[in-house]
Amino acid sequence: MSITYLEAIREAQAKALADDPRVYIYGQDVGAFGGAFKATKNLAQEFPGRVIDSPISEDAMVGSAIGAAIEGMRPIIEMQFADFSTAGFNQIVNHAAALYWRTRVPCPITIRLPCGGTSGSGPFHSQTMETIYAHYPGLIVMTPATVEDAYSMLLEAVSLDDPVIFCEHKYLYYHLKAERLPTEAMPTGKARIAREGRDMTIVAYSAMVHEALAVAEELAGEGSEVEVVDLRSVKPLDTDTVMASVARTGRLLCVGESWPWGGVTAEVIARVATEGFDLLDAPPQRLNAKDTPVPYHPDLWAVHRPTARSIATAARNLLRK
Amino acid sequence: MLLARVLDEKFATLYRSGKIHGGVFLGKGQEALSAAVGHSLRAGDVFAPLIRDTAGRLAFGANILDSVRTYLGSVLGPMRARDGNVHWGRPKQGLLAMISHLGAMISVVNGMLLARRFKGVLQTVGATCIGDGGTSTGSFHEALNQAAIEKLPLVLVVANNQYAYSTPTSRQFACAELVDKAIGYGVEGHEVDGNDLGECLEVMQDVVTRAREGKGPQLVVARLLRLCGHGEHDDAHYVDPKFKQSALGRDCIEVSRQYLIGRGWAEPGTLETWHREAVETVERAVATVQREKGPDPYKEDWSALASAHLIETHPEI
Repeated sequence: MSITYLEAIREAQAKALADDPRVYIYGQDVGAFGGAFKATKNLAQEFPGRVIDSPISEDAMVGSAIGAAIEGMRPIIEMQFADFSTAGFNQIVNHAAALYWRTRVPCPITIRLPCGGTSGSGPFHSQTMETIYAHYPGLIVMTPATVEDAYSMLLEAVSLDDPVIFCEHKYLYYHLKAERLPTEAMPTGKARIAREGRDMTIVAYSAMVHEALAVAEELAGEGSEVEVVDLRSVKPLDTDTVMASVARTGRLLCVGESWPWGGVTAEVIARVATEGFDLLDAPPQRLNAKDTPVPYHPDLWAVHRPTARSIATAARNLLRK
Repeated sequence: MLLARVLDEKFATLYRSGKIHGGVFLGKGQEALSAAVGHSLRAGDVFAPLIRDTAGRLAFGANILDSVRTYLGSVLGPMRARDGNVHWGRPKQGLLAMISHLGAMISVVNGMLLARRFKGVLQTVGATCIGDGGTSTGSFHEALNQAAIEKLPLVLVVANNQYAYSTPTSRQFACAELVDKAIGYGVEGHEVDGNDLGECLEVMQDVVTRAREGKGPQLVVARLLRLCGHGEHDDAHYVDPKFKQSALGRDCIEVSRQYLIGRGWAEPGTLETWHREAVETVERAVATVQREKGPDPYKEDWSALASAHLIETHPEI
């Protein structure tokens, strides 16, 4: 038996619904249809009245989740695509994120964002949004890279008392498989060493972890040992694990699929440079998507975001410094 | 409504003497409507006031000290000086703390009502207030449509006070009357003279009952005039004099006073006593709060998360 990243998300939601009567799912086409990506397949049938189709109203979807959370519920909101969450941005960053700080009433909502590029999806069905949400105080931003994390982190998201932006990567939905669902998990805020190495550190998250692992494999054939750190959550950010890795390797490359200005890769490098400058044997490097909207054509798309090929080039350059 | 007027006037005085940081926003001219909203609700209902609802908050049962503490930045206030002026609430008691983005509170009320339906708690109503300008927002549209789809017991009160800050209604909407929007959303619509306390009470009690009985969302549009600036920093010079001279420009407090005296329901002396009592209540509250401490920035935890274990492991988040 094997289970995909997408099935893990579906299973996590089924478990959350089964275990906790406070949980419900609200989003466009999530009911009888089972969601645009089938992440809620059959859940409406299995949990009558608790998996509800919303109108195309991202602002009201999030706003109503805030109200339900105040009343003690634990809503899961599915954005059909991460890109559309900007239509609910105000409620997320100004209302949900600020609620606890302002009123001491927690706002336990989970907002699922199907993120990232798939070939042919174009500028408005391909974005990664972790950077913009991580910027706002009061939000947790999860970026699972594995089937196991997709499952366990989504369950943790539902259990946390803060609003969680759950960035699930569409490219991993079907590509990634595991033998079974995990029975235990690392906590959010703890990064994972996805591969050990002593020559350089690549820090990545979400789909970029797999590109980085491919590079590590490729460079191993050239005699270089690349350590890959999977951040798992970008907020909180596990600075300690990153620093410990850089202390071992002396070289740092950060890879992210979102745009280059500011963001997660910049944050990681800023933290390492300010707290661990002496650990670095070479200037820290970062690789992001190009600073344009996400292109439609597969040939453009393949170059727009970092891939194993562009990461490998950056990694080789860094190893030579 | 009288207490609210006196309290608001006190806030204006404190503002002018530099005792309040930030803006001061009054409900002058809207007290009859606002008080009728708060008065028509009962314990267990939800109320999401907006900036001109001092009267509604008090009528809903709010403590005057909460209002004064928020304006004066006392740590004992419900927002602990983290948020100020009209941005306060006690969400767990059904009184929501507004954010500034207009229309944003409506869907939050929807969510509270949905949650209650999940839990089998029926018979409670959620009311919220907005202005004519707020009806132009996408949030207003999304939330009223959402409430209509779910047939929620939502009472949405629009105080059409003729101006959104300085913008007249001709630059805000093109329909003949705002209440005409109700039919488009598939909800019941009502109009009311916002300066007439008796009519406001009658209409509000009726719509709250209708919502409670399962007749779905109720849109109420009140005709009135804002008798002050957008905030106390604003002299409202742009208000068309014809409004001030029309029935819209009547002061609801004065209208109520004449109504009570005209019907022999109260003596002028009684009204003076009520006013004096309101002044005493306000002065006592302000004197109390002025002795309270402001926030200590060095004792703030400077963390926005509720998840204490994450703050412990990730002080920098």
